[in-house]
Amino acid sequence: MPTNKIVGENTEQGLHAKFHLQHPTSRFALNVDLTLPDNGVTAIFGQSGSGKTTLLRCIAGLEKAQQGHFVMKGETWQSDSFFLATHKRPLGYVFQEPSLFPHLTAKGNLDYAIKRSGIPLPADLYDQVIDLMGIESILKNNSQQLSGGEKQRVAIARALLIQPKLLLMDEPLASLDNARKQEILPYLEKLKSTLNTPILYVSHSVEEVMRLADHVVLMEDGEVATQGQVEEVFSQLTSPLLFNNNTGVIWQGQIVEQDEKWHLSKVSCAGSDLWIRNNGDSIGQQVRVRILATDVSLTLTRHEDSSILNRLSVTVLDIVADKDPAMALVRLQTEKNTLIARLTYLSVDHLALVAGKVLWAQIKSVALVR
Amino acid sequence: MLSASDLEAIWLTFKVATTVTVILLLIGTPIAWWLARTRSRLKGPISAIVALPLVLPPTVLGFYLLIAMGPNGFIGQLTQELGIGTLPFTFWGLIVASVFYSLPFVVQPIQNAIEAIGERPLEVAATLRAGSWDRFFTVVLPLAKPGFITAAILGFTHTVGEFGVVLMIGGNIPGQTRVVSVQIYDHVEALEYDQAHKLAAIMIIFSFVVLLSLYSFQRKNTLWGAK
Repeated sequence: MPTNKIVGENTEQGLHAKFHLQHPTSRFALNVDLTLPDNGVTAIFGQSGSGKTTLLRCIAGLEKAQQGHFVMKGETWQSDSFFLATHKRPLGYVFQEPSLFPHLTAKGNLDYAIKRSGIPLPADLYDQVIDLMGIESILKNNSQQLSGGEKQRVAIARALLIQPKLLLMDEPLASLDNARKQEILPYLEKLKSTLNTPILYVSHSVEEVMRLADHVVLMEDGEVATQGQVEEVFSQLTSPLLFNNNTGVIWQGQIVEQDEKWHLSKVSCAGSDLWIRNNGDSIGQQVRVRILATDVSLTLTRHEDSSILNRLSVTVLDIVADKDPAMALVRLQTEKNTLIARLTYLSVDHLALVAGKVLWAQIKSVALVR
Repeated sequence: MLSASDLEAIWLTFKVATTVTVILLLIGTPIAWWLARTRSRLKGPISAIVALPLVLPPTVLGFYLLIAMGPNGFIGQLTQELGIGTLPFTFWGLIVASVFYSLPFVVQPIQNAIEAIGERPLEVAATLRAGSWDRFFTVVLPLAKPGFITAAILGFTHTVGEFGVVLMIGGNIPGQTRVVSVQIYDHVEALEYDQAHKLAAIMIIFSFVVLLSLYSFQRKNTLWGAK
């Protein structure tokens, strides 16, 4: 991958994971050979049964692959002749369901981690983590009295207080209802920007991946279908998982201008400027926007007489069949980004779209994901 | 109102039951742990062996133990090698026999409790740097505590209530092997119904109170069985 800023093997950087695991009773097999960045959030994304959780469990040493190899920043956790027990691996793990020890209080659960981390607790880390997860007021409560969302926040705090070199999160929001998810997502975003710990985040939710991930590994049937920077992976149309009603691209940008009168902000995304609703962001702020394929239409000429704010000059890259036989997905090249439009085949024919054709994309709406 | 020999029998019964309970908790726990977590094919046979005393007449168990602990039995030869003579008709012989006899009553509640905890809390503890002993003492023990209490109570009371094995292995030696159940038998044999009545009534009240507290404890406890 060209934008994959990682390095080859035998270096002190990056995570190298190679696992082969054949499930004894089912036909499921995990077969991966991955090099991942050792910073930021890497989402392991895929449908249930694709092997995401198994991969994470192999990395944690909770599952013993028949053949396994895992090196993190030059530290070998597993090789053909060596297996570091889970409790000796400097990791933090957040399980899918909130897994607090029921016989301890919330604080007791945190102390369990602090006592065993093997690293003295920096004076400000405790307060920082409590603050980050917003659990100050529930620390004294018995863990069984807490709500699902509160339990999961304590569980995340507990995983942070062990001071891991690698944080593994297995669908930490999957067991929660939507309201609780929306409650925790901002904490995870804060976590990501506050901590330097690399995070591997398993999820099947496009929304979570787009909000949190820098790097994406797409899993299918126990194998890696594709991986790369989040913008890159979502602009590909190689996997059925990537094109459904949510098909769309992600752009990174920066707020460069604000229009007080109309409550709009201008986001500059690698040479393409977009106007979005002003969400109270300040100039200079880094943002991530999402443009759904269904929100993009194409015109041969620049239509100044429409209600659409955002118009970009684009070049057709390729045309891919959608699952719906009436629809086509058209990949477009802007200045430096890729855009996807979902059109009927009739329109494709009508506009005589072919690769290389230059025309205008009208973007009906742009969602700020972060 | 109780004779000196009655009191001696009660004290001996208490001593035997306490010793047996402590030994059973020590050896029953690893067996229960193994049975709760193993995927080995030996799980079935071992479970069956542990449960045998539940169905066998105590005389069968007592008979084989008597032979095994006798001068030509393998336990007997071992104890003779060690210079402690043979075990039948001694306090420790009685203890060994009782341990076998009460084993399922201790192993099964602990095994059930450990199975109810499941794999997850142990995995969580492992990701929090807890080694295996640490996991046992800080996660398994507190979470399976109701199972351990049930096991201890059942082990103790079952040992108090045994009779057949005692007769086969221990005989009837005052202060050594003459426990309350044997003492009652002796009283009845000697037609001392008054004394038999007193001891028998004490046994009934003791057993009832213990079982009553056990059941109310189990009902109160939501951790065990409910999970």
